[in-house]
Amino acid sequence: MAVFPPLAGLAPLDAGFVHWGFINLSVPNVLVIAAMLVVFVLALVVPFPEDES
Amino acid sequence: MTAARSETRSRSWSSRLSGWISGLVPKGQWLPDRQPAYVASWIYVFGVATLAGLVLVIASGLVLTIGGVTWWHTSSLGHFVNSLHLWSVELFFAAMVIHLWGKFVMAAWRGRRGLTWLTGAFSFFVSIGTAFTGYLIQTNFDSQWISTQAKDGLNSAGVGAAFNVMNFGQMVLYHVALLPLAVLLIVGWHIVLIRRHGGVPPIGADVPEPAAAGTADAAPATEREVR
Repeated sequence: MAVFPPLAGLAPLDAGFVHWGFINLSVPNVLVIAAMLVVFVLALVVPFPEDES
Repeated sequence: MTAARSETRSRSWSSRLSGWISGLVPKGQWLPDRQPAYVASWIYVFGVATLAGLVLVIASGLVLTIGGVTWWHTSSLGHFVNSLHLWSVELFFAAMVIHLWGKFVMAAWRGRRGLTWLTGAFSFFVSIGTAFTGYLIQTNFDSQWISTQAKDGLNSAGVGAAFNVMNFGQMVLYHVALLPLAVLLIVGWHIVLIRRHGGVPPIGADVPEPAAAGTADAAPATEREVR
């Protein structure tokens, strides 16, 4: 399968793993989990738009 | 004559089914256009985002069935639709987990909403099984590796005789028919329960018990009280 040309020099990537005791997570997974936590906190604190009507 | 016909109609299975469906949620609550004030929060958006993700997952999965499980190896269009399927699953699970976190800190099982919580949690677990069977039908070395590892894990847990994750044909049917149907049924049940009982009020809010579905006073108690 052809790689999208601008990404040709980047693939395949090995971003590495995070080891913490028995926990072993890939860096992309850690980033996704961190992003989800950020979105969760934002969902709690960002005010919801008021309904004009 | 008219009375007899009316009685016959009320005893027919279709009439009883119609009555049961209309009584599932209070009148006017299937697609409500107003919600309690406390529902005006971003945290409620993630339940709907989960449903949007599920619609995308099903739609892209249906397109993939046209080309088959190996389509994405040989076609750029197939690769695109396969990626669409993958990323809609990512959206589905990310939104569902944030929805779950929000409902957990809100103790959303309060006010006779235990079954709503349980169906949500159960749909999460069945969705994980559906996603895992998707890993098994990628038709590449990744799926071979995952299936052999899963086989060992499931055998050690004592459930290896019930199904075989290395049986490709069985896993394809699990992934495209059995498990998605289970997810849709459980999610549908979850939505009916939400429409039936309304969103959970904030902790400490002074609200009466939720009204029973199908009673004359239609709207959930929480909505009437807080608006």
